[in-house]
Amino acid sequence: MTVNLIGLAREVYKGLPTTLCAGCGHNSITNHLIKALFEYGIEPHKLAKMSGIGCSSKTPAYFVEQAHGFNGLHGRMPSAATGAKLANRELLVLGISGDGDTASIGLGQYCHMIRRNVDCTYIVENNGCYGLTKGQFSATADVGSTQKGGKVNEYATIDICGLAIELGATFVARSFSGDGKQLVPLLQAAFSHRGTAILDVISPCVTFNDHEGSTKSYAYVKEHDVVLHTADYIAGGREVTVDYEPGTVRDVELEDGSHVVLRKLDLDYDPTDAITALKTIHDSRVRGEFVTGLLYVDTQQQDLCERERLSRTPLAQLDEEQLRIGRDEWQKLMET
Amino acid sequence: MPARAVNDFTIRVATVNGSGSQSSNLVLTNAVARLGIPVAPKNVFPSNIEGLPTWFDVRVSALGYQCRARDFDVLVALNAATWQQDVAGVKSGGAVIHEDVFPCKGDTFREDLTYYPVPFTKLAKEQFADKGDLRKYLMNMIYVGVVAQLLDIPLATVEESLRAQFRNKASAVELNMSAVNLGLEYAREHLEKHDPFRLVPMNGKTDGLMFMEGNRAAALGCVMGGCTVAAWYPITPSSSLCEYFIQYCDRYRVDGETGERNVAIVQAEDELAAAGIVFGAGWAGARAMTSTSGPGISLMAEYAGYGYFAEVPGVIFDVQRAGPSTGLPTRTMQADVSFAYTLSHGDTKHIVLLPATVAEAYEFAMESFDLAERFQTPVFVLSDLDLGMNAWLTPPLRYPEKPFNRGKVLGADDLSSMKSWGRYRDVDKDGIAYRTLPGTKHPQAGFFTRGTGHDEEARYSEMPEVWQRNLDRLVRKHDTARAAVPAPVVEEKKGCKIAILAYGTTHHAVVEARDYLREAGIEFNYMRLRALPLSPEVATFVKRHDRVYVVEQNRDGQLYGILRTELPTHLIGRLESIRHYNGVPIDARSVIDPLLEEERRPAVVAE
Repeated sequence: MTVNLIGLAREVYKGLPTTLCAGCGHNSITNHLIKALFEYGIEPHKLAKMSGIGCSSKTPAYFVEQAHGFNGLHGRMPSAATGAKLANRELLVLGISGDGDTASIGLGQYCHMIRRNVDCTYIVENNGCYGLTKGQFSATADVGSTQKGGKVNEYATIDICGLAIELGATFVARSFSGDGKQLVPLLQAAFSHRGTAILDVISPCVTFNDHEGSTKSYAYVKEHDVVLHTADYIAGGREVTVDYEPGTVRDVELEDGSHVVLRKLDLDYDPTDAITALKTIHDSRVRGEFVTGLLYVDTQQQDLCERERLSRTPLAQLDEEQLRIGRDEWQKLMET
Repeated sequence: MPARAVNDFTIRVATVNGSGSQSSNLVLTNAVARLGIPVAPKNVFPSNIEGLPTWFDVRVSALGYQCRARDFDVLVALNAATWQQDVAGVKSGGAVIHEDVFPCKGDTFREDLTYYPVPFTKLAKEQFADKGDLRKYLMNMIYVGVVAQLLDIPLATVEESLRAQFRNKASAVELNMSAVNLGLEYAREHLEKHDPFRLVPMNGKTDGLMFMEGNRAAALGCVMGGCTVAAWYPITPSSSLCEYFIQYCDRYRVDGETGERNVAIVQAEDELAAAGIVFGAGWAGARAMTSTSGPGISLMAEYAGYGYFAEVPGVIFDVQRAGPSTGLPTRTMQADVSFAYTLSHGDTKHIVLLPATVAEAYEFAMESFDLAERFQTPVFVLSDLDLGMNAWLTPPLRYPEKPFNRGKVLGADDLSSMKSWGRYRDVDKDGIAYRTLPGTKHPQAGFFTRGTGHDEEARYSEMPEVWQRNLDRLVRKHDTARAAVPAPVVEEKKGCKIAILAYGTTHHAVVEARDYLREAGIEFNYMRLRALPLSPEVATFVKRHDRVYVVEQNRDGQLYGILRTELPTHLIGRLESIRHYNGVPIDARSVIDPLLEEERRPAVVAE
């Protein structure tokens, strides 16, 4: 039996059987997550799976069954994730959201989670529509994209990645549910990143948004996916053993000593330059393309727990002795 | 209630907000208390930063009544804009200390009052020409000197009070004393006393007492209750609760050497997020709270429902203001009771604590964290603006002797010794199941928390019997809470068949009203409710009486409504409702008058 670096089998990282439609992009993402978490070697009890409401938000039930999950409220996962992380900073907080959950009802919380740089991985399973309520447009639907019945979206799309960078996000990636090769290392890099890591994963809705005229269909995405680079994730303390041809990679060292190595395609792309990232995202949208890869990363920012100078011991574990004002101090306080 | 001239009257200070009158008001209040005379200040202020009328009532009450007095006897008039209205409100026989340029002739002149004109502006201008912005504060301090002279407050007492107010900062004390002296000297030279109001030092009545606002006490309760995560969105009148909490945490929750903090406080983007942070933290094992007012709980409804149904602890302070809608942000009501009790859609019932005093604001705050964790549910602490923002004379707050009660939490060792475990199994038949916290190192520890239908093992379920069984268990849990929440306080004389039932700050008006009615020969028994769900004692109390008057500060008789829903049908007819809802704190007359009318007794209160 193959085990990972902490001696656990891949089975441990699985969850309940999916209840989503056969062929749903979200199921692929779940499988990529299982692989990424297994390889990353997360201890299940240290994982907190958070989600909002919608098809995407059901998926935390489908991986790492042993871990605690919090299927919260529509658009309100970021706040619950923030609270959970503050309560126990040792948890690896993994949030799964959708485009309705993030870009419409939860846009405010999304923005403020980023602003605070809450240390969590935030995956948007983005299919441009409301699946669970049968196919209405979401705010990430592209202008001109059509619904199954032919209705055309005339309203501007909200670009989750562009917005995140504008808000000061410290890790922003876009990928495609069908590209595990790219997505798995990006997920692992996101786990390693200290701060909010946004992964906008285009994930076609096979039932309501996979037709001609949709810009989030499998066919459209495959055709218009502009892969900026492939990525390798190398865990901290491990040597980079793959031989990269000099000058063909960009190596980003993450906060925990791990590396994400971005391989070629567009060597000039600098993921630490926010302006380049914003321009690249914008230009690709104008061209009707999806640019995928690690769009932006900044490893120099403090996350929320650091800014708040939280105690190393999780707040949830502190006792009366550590939390109450001492008896003498209290006496003084009552005398003033 | 008629004033008795000596140690029993009310001073109203009418100023413009933003003019810096708060310090002088507090110095005066404090000085009265230092004479050993109980005093209850009530700040009636506008929702505004600068330029609108504001009033500060200093109720001097030898008997220690702490509710607002409906009438006032001594007016300090410093606001030209409200001058005529203010004078019109003074009780007959009262005194008016006023800026001398305010017009005192014509229709508005009242023969039944004593007028004391003082050239406040002129004095301040002459004396404090070089003090710039400080001048307006000093001008207010002049009135303290005038009042001290007219009411017989010794200068030394005012000085002690000033020292306390300015924390012994010598320059501030000296400067302000010069203003007090200015007023005092002016009054001595130019004003001849014609009114009957006097302060005579008393013994024992204020010994060991301190002034504190409910919000400050609640903040201390949060510190001592072990709150480690607070999330809030600023809103009047609750903001100071979190601000005091921040203040105390900066002082008592920071490691002197490392600077590490044993608390996380987030100013959230809105109340939705504040509630989300609280329940996320509660789920992960921290004691978490948010503090808000009516408009905030409207937004928090969705997470309150989640907390109830998914069974996640969290504390929500609602310092009530006058609603509906934006309402009157700086006025008080008890109008969120029924909304908070059932906050969220679907069948929802919360634990609601109803503090009446500063001591209870502190103790219930502390207790709320135990209750939230014991019952794995949201707990509301319903204070109000009157309790939260006014200063009350209170005994020192007691140091807690009990450890935290963190409820039914299973650790890794517990799980190892158990055959199986289900998150929502009612093992103890009290409706309260066992939970685990994220981070518990055991393969069985994890479960999926959800606001959707779930079975005993926390699995999604749409089965009718599973759904209903779960709702019924939540009722069982709610019923268990009846005996765990603070019990009602009962004052009962055998044979007396009529009673009052009240809660929160209404209590203080009831205390005075009962004393008054007793003197007039009518005895009322009294139950002060301190929490929801209702204690079983409520029904037996009602059963022992022919009539129970439910007194509260809202229009619709919200607690009355809850009682009518929850008490046995045959007792409902015994309930009567008395309501006060004009936004200012309830006074004794607002209890006495309707009681007498209902009881068909002649009015006993002299006008």
